[in-house]
Amino acid sequence: MSFLFAGVVAAALLGIPHLLAPRRLTPVKMEPFECGKDPIEIAEGRFPMKFSTVGILFILFDIEMIFIWPWAVMYLQLGWFGFLEMLVFLAVLMLGFLYIVRKGGLEWE
Amino acid sequence: MTPIPAPPIAWNALLPILVLAGTAMLVLLADLLPPRESKQHLGALALAGIIAALVIALVRWGTDVCGFRDMVRLDGYALFFDIVIAYAAALVVLLSMDYLRRRGAESGEYYALVLFAACGMMLLASAGDLIIVFLGIELMSLSLYVLAGLFKSRRQSSEASMKYFLLGVFASAFLLYGIALLFGAAGSTNFERVAAAAARNPHDTLLLIGVALLLVGFGFKISSVPFHMWAPDVYEGAPTSVTALIATGSKAAAFAALIRFLTTALRPLQPDWTALLWILAALSMTVGNVVAIAQTNLKRMLAYSSIAHVGYMLVGLVAGGPQGTSAILFYLFAYVFTTAGTFGVLTLCERTGGTPEPDGDGAVDVREYAGLGRRSPALAFALTFFLLSLVGIPPLAGFFGKFYLFGAAVRAGYVWLAVIAVLNSAVAAYYYLRVVVYMYMREPEGAAATLAPSFAGGLALAIAFIGIVLLGVMPAPFVELAQVAVAPLLR
Repeated sequence: MSFLFAGVVAAALLGIPHLLAPRRLTPVKMEPFECGKDPIEIAEGRFPMKFSTVGILFILFDIEMIFIWPWAVMYLQLGWFGFLEMLVFLAVLMLGFLYIVRKGGLEWE
Repeated sequence: MTPIPAPPIAWNALLPILVLAGTAMLVLLADLLPPRESKQHLGALALAGIIAALVIALVRWGTDVCGFRDMVRLDGYALFFDIVIAYAAALVVLLSMDYLRRRGAESGEYYALVLFAACGMMLLASAGDLIIVFLGIELMSLSLYVLAGLFKSRRQSSEASMKYFLLGVFASAFLLYGIALLFGAAGSTNFERVAAAAARNPHDTLLLIGVALLLVGFGFKISSVPFHMWAPDVYEGAPTSVTALIATGSKAAAFAALIRFLTTALRPLQPDWTALLWILAALSMTVGNVVAIAQTNLKRMLAYSSIAHVGYMLVGLVAGGPQGTSAILFYLFAYVFTTAGTFGVLTLCERTGGTPEPDGDGAVDVREYAGLGRRSPALAFALTFFLLSLVGIPPLAGFFGKFYLFGAAVRAGYVWLAVIAVLNSAVAAYYYLRVVVYMYMREPEGAAATLAPSFAGGLALAIAFIGIVLLGVMPAPFVELAQVAVAPLLR
């Protein structure tokens, strides 16, 4: 029941202005900001796609810290098993690093 | 320090998937080693992994393992789909090897992504929990989104990838919302516990809304009308080998999860979803076939035809019971060979004349196939057989697939649906046979397709060809396999 009521209210709020309100579009109104100043470029700006690759790689190696930090804190309790496990983890990570380098992921030009 | 109890890891229940995932990672690593110019060996490695998964699925036939607190289940049903998916992936890899080299888009990632997509598909087939369904769909779809955009410099390819991604994510949101509501209603995402909750209170509003949202998500993945809008554009824009994977593997896998979900988790609601699927089936068949008539682009035509075939398969789901359900499995098996073969011929036909596009598509317009019967008789012969199987002409696999599906519908009392399906099959004959007419009875004018010789592609076509003839000439053992496969669902 409450779902129905919410639906009716939402539809009415969207629909009634659509039917009743006058709509006169002028060039000024169509601008993203009606502040009297012509926009110079897209608000978000543009940047090369290269940054996105680097950003993803950064996150990858940043997340690594989440695993290494608790391991380092608990290092003595975890002992040899923990040490070897971390070596395996780092080896896998290094394989990924090798992959990035060979694929040219870090080449800027 | 109190240890957190971890659920026991049931490697057995994931064996074919693990083999595929392992091979995918090996392919990625082997990509770093020489020889770096040619990637043929990576395709061979991927193929070896798929064959290993296929062999495992065949060897384990007859076993039933549950793992991860009943979230994953490798029973006969899952194994049957593992075999179907392995065949689809193997055919796609074979078709891709020369196709990608000619288009200059060879990469190790391609094969790895195909393998990861196949992992997701197999996970869907053995899902016993809605979370695994979601996981499988995402693993499959994310790989396919990337694969669809493989030809980076080609606008249609990027467009296909973007459209598939945006609409696919939208559908995933529906699916996830449905899962959330179902969890709210049933208190669990496990199929069996959902079934118990549905049996207790079959007309709980929350449950019904959840089921409806889930069906929207599934409807998108199997591209049934009215959730089919993405299919023609994606099929057209994606590289043809990827289109073959989307049309065969992803459809089979989504059906696998849908059938298991509906027949195990929602069995108490069967009358409700049957009525819903009746409409979806009739709509999919009719819209798919009628719109396909107007297409001159073969890839778009096959996209609409695949929508129609989804309608036929939904007929089996409406009919239900061991017969209807096993008929879908048989039909999917036949459909994988037929469709992979049809797209295979498309990858082998190249456009000649005019300006050659280095990364453009092969011949896709029906007019370019004029006179193919004389220029490359073997290819024209193969395409004729695949198209006849899609129509459903008696000695081929498509006929028996349709026969069992419609027969099950009639026996279950859905005579009208069967009538609609048969009428639609008659309509479909027109646009499939038009291609045959072009190949044998028209003279080529202007640009005509030529054959690009390829051993791997020829092998794929041969396998698909043997598949449709074998399934058509002696369907009985395969139907029995399908019946054994669905037995655990309908206990």
